[in-house]
Amino acid sequence: MERARRMDSGFGLNPHHMEAGLQSPAAERVVHDSLSPLMEEASPSSGEHSEAIEMHNLTEEQYESQAFLPSCALVGRGRGRLGARKVNPLVRARWSSATQRVLCSMPSRTIGWSRNAIISQYYNRSMRLRLRRQSQPSIRDASHSARPSIRGYRMEADSEDEENKKEQLVTNLQALSAGDRVRMLRAMPINMAEKSELRKLACSSKGKPPPSRTAISCFSHVKMFVIIALQHGWSSWMSFLQSLQLWQVALKTVGGRFGTGVLSYFLFLKTLLLFNIFLFIVNCFFLVIPQAVNPPPPGAADVSFTGLELLTGGGYFTDTVMFYGYYTNSSLKDTCRTSQNLTGDRAADPAHCGCGHNTQRMSYNIPAAYFFTTGVAFFVTCIILVYSVSKSFGQSFRIEKSRGNLTVKVFCSWDFKVIKKSSVKLQSENICTQLKELLSEVNCRLVEKSLAQRLAWLAVHALAWIMCLASTLGCALSVFYFSQYLFEDRQHRQHHQQVLSGNSLSLKEEARLLVLPVVVSSINLLLPGFFNLVAWMEVYDSLSVRAYVAIFRNLLLKVSVLGMLCYRWLGKIAAEPESLGLQCWESYVGQELYRFLLMDFIFSILDTLFGEFLWKLFSQRVLRRKRKPVFDIARNVLELIYGQTLAWLGVLFSPLLPAVQIIKLLLLFYMKKTSLMMNCQAPRRPWRASQMTTFFISLLCFPSYLGAAVSVAYTVWMLKPSAECGPFRGLSTMVISGKSWVAELAGANPNLAWLIWVHAYLVENPIFLFVVAGIFLIITYFHTQVVDGQRKIIVLLQEQIENEGQDKKFLISKLQLAHEQKHPVSPQRRELRSNED
Amino acid sequence: MGNKQTIFTAQQLDAYQDCTFFTRKEIIRLFHRYRDLAPQLIPLDYTSKPDVKVPYELIGSMPELKENPFRQRIAEVFSEDGEGNMTLDDFLDMFSVLSEMAPRDLKAYYAFKIYDFNNDDFICKSDLEKTLNKLTRNELSEDESRLVCEKVIDEADLDNDGRLSMEDFQHMIVRAPDFLSTFHIRI
Repeated sequence: MERARRMDSGFGLNPHHMEAGLQSPAAERVVHDSLSPLMEEASPSSGEHSEAIEMHNLTEEQYESQAFLPSCALVGRGRGRLGARKVNPLVRARWSSATQRVLCSMPSRTIGWSRNAIISQYYNRSMRLRLRRQSQPSIRDASHSARPSIRGYRMEADSEDEENKKEQLVTNLQALSAGDRVRMLRAMPINMAEKSELRKLACSSKGKPPPSRTAISCFSHVKMFVIIALQHGWSSWMSFLQSLQLWQVALKTVGGRFGTGVLSYFLFLKTLLLFNIFLFIVNCFFLVIPQAVNPPPPGAADVSFTGLELLTGGGYFTDTVMFYGYYTNSSLKDTCRTSQNLTGDRAADPAHCGCGHNTQRMSYNIPAAYFFTTGVAFFVTCIILVYSVSKSFGQSFRIEKSRGNLTVKVFCSWDFKVIKKSSVKLQSENICTQLKELLSEVNCRLVEKSLAQRLAWLAVHALAWIMCLASTLGCALSVFYFSQYLFEDRQHRQHHQQVLSGNSLSLKEEARLLVLPVVVSSINLLLPGFFNLVAWMEVYDSLSVRAYVAIFRNLLLKVSVLGMLCYRWLGKIAAEPESLGLQCWESYVGQELYRFLLMDFIFSILDTLFGEFLWKLFSQRVLRRKRKPVFDIARNVLELIYGQTLAWLGVLFSPLLPAVQIIKLLLLFYMKKTSLMMNCQAPRRPWRASQMTTFFISLLCFPSYLGAAVSVAYTVWMLKPSAECGPFRGLSTMVISGKSWVAELAGANPNLAWLIWVHAYLVENPIFLFVVAGIFLIITYFHTQVVDGQRKIIVLLQEQIENEGQDKKFLISKLQLAHEQKHPVSPQRRELRSNED
Repeated sequence: MGNKQTIFTAQQLDAYQDCTFFTRKEIIRLFHRYRDLAPQLIPLDYTSKPDVKVPYELIGSMPELKENPFRQRIAEVFSEDGEGNMTLDDFLDMFSVLSEMAPRDLKAYYAFKIYDFNNDDFICKSDLEKTLNKLTRNELSEDESRLVCEKVIDEADLDNDGRLSMEDFQHMIVRAPDFLSTFHIRI
């Protein structure tokens, strides 16, 4: 009877026998202790063994008191409730106590995740890691067993074995590099005291040389050293970045109230800020500071500072270090400051110099610096972007399966970051609603749409798409024609008015310059709202499709508008700058981009004010709705991407544009956060944060960065720089400056002749870029094939697990059958049982 | 920065840094957060490794955990005595696992333990029902709750024993890329 009572909870353990808490080994042993009487009966060493396996003659009471899994009773109630899934025979029948005993003592039921099991598992992992690092393939770490999960987790009842395993783990840890050791320690799911003990053991006996060192060659030593040094450097840089803790408290507050989705917008903003800081630092050190300390002669026109410059970027700012036109086209020789004329051709006579160092003069070639700084900045940004995209893609990649949604919803949808009471309540309600929706989807079959309904659905969607595309096309064309009108208008006025000297324009002219940015920003503001209205009438199958369609439409609008503008600037203005009276078209384009960036910011402020604040007032007072507006994550992120594209486009023409963007992002952060706290509420719909983050960062990489890089490359390679200003004046293209500097360097120092060769074949030759792009694509293709193959393997392994489960069921039922044949059951019992089935 | 503090010895701080995902500065800051829960109880000098525990009531009143329906389970899982009374080691361990940098396997292990209410190394039906009740604040009706539990076991139980083992759980977590971002507490 006692045995039967112990099996009260079916295949599990009786909770009364257990103490809470599994962390300490002592508590764990209690768990296993309560099973050990059962194990003793089943194990060969026990004296009672024969009885147990023989299967006792069961009395009626023993059958009576057998419990089932709670699901058993329910399974009987309704077939085909959850689709066509077969009823699980393992949980269905009434097993005899002997069968239950055997079931309870199966390895998969008793392994548990005891400390010993963890040590075993991590011993295996550290072994594999160690062997991998030594690049010595070994047959030992090939897993033979069909159930690999059992292999590492066998319950170590023998304490000697446990100590042995622990020692071996310590040995392995010692043999690993410091970084690997730390990583392995951190990932082990044991408590702190044991971790520090392992660490102490591993570090203390580091004096002993591991036996495998003799096998490592000298080259591997060097390789390991370099890798360790790089890892150290990288981890210290990352910890430095983390210690900066920029906006730590603000992000926590936002996350605590609105959850991960809205937080991802702010994290994206932070990422963009870091990109811009990098660009700014590079530009500052290599371009701005050298030029600022050696200013060229002041321009002919003396322009004073008026406030309008901040908006238009023209006027006083034109002839400053902010724009392209300021930079000289020759080398800055390191002559002393007492000499006044540091102008033009630096054939400064050393005799004029008061100081005595004549022979060694460091020259800083501004054009080459300009060219290479921009190039290297773009290249490094590209690498960082591609790396982030691939890392983020790797994290969010999932094998699409239709089943598993409910489980994921139950276990992974609670956002632990949310700490505000009302948000927590809202989150509970959301999860409840989603679960109910999923249940209803499961229970009622999908209604097949009739042909007429399907046609109607298609027609509505087609209409919506036509409206959106038409409006996008209309806006793009209007931007094109309007810019052309402005262009011609300016040409016209140029012919009929006095030609203004230099680059300065009158105040009214400058105000006129702001019209195009205002028009473009208002299009960017209003049209997405129109798209949202259009989307109301459409019916989508799933929320994510709706989100992606909205983002795509918005993106198309921005891309087409930017494309038109680029054509206008690089295609038209760069081709005929004299017709506009422009001495320096690059500065003009830089100023245009500055204006666009600023207008974008001003319109963001207006949008936050009207879109969120006033709308909240309106909806609460007039419409009397309790709900505040919801923060539109997708739209805001696209605005950020648009702003960043403008910054990247402009960095060639205006080296200080990243600084403007930094200021803009900082102000935007605080403004959006304040508005969010005051006016908005958490989104009702689930937002797949990690997938969306991947999507946004790949949008940043592909249309945004790629477009900017292509434009810059086109400018550098194909366009003729203006003849009277800037570091590339007089050259036919900007590339030539790099070429000529390299030639000059090689000429001065014959040892560097290989540099010319490198430059000629790698930088100038577009074939190289094609080849690199081709290799990149091939590698990507191979990786996708590998991923596809792994997906198929996963499917096969799942089938294998299910087959093993079937085997188990089969064996258990056979066992039960054999037992029943030996001890036949009374007819009434059989009838009762069959009635319940 | 590191030499000024007198709370820990250098070796202790090194050990903490190697065993958790926090930097020195963060460990000191977390120590002060821990101490703020019970200033009279926790000494400022941890060099002698005092054996002090903060009772569960105070841990559960931290702003990061106060509104979390699983706070009791979290405290129980990470505490040595299993009752929720945490030492500094447990405290650091808890926030280390719940931090951004913890790998998925580690988080999945502890998430499994948190959802396993009866501590039998399996998530059975009753555990699932308790989880659902905490998630939805008892808003689901009994029928719906039962249906959800059955469907979950249906979907996730690979070896067909009627409950979720650690392997089943980890297999499911692999299919949920959001898990890393939701199972995260900022401190």
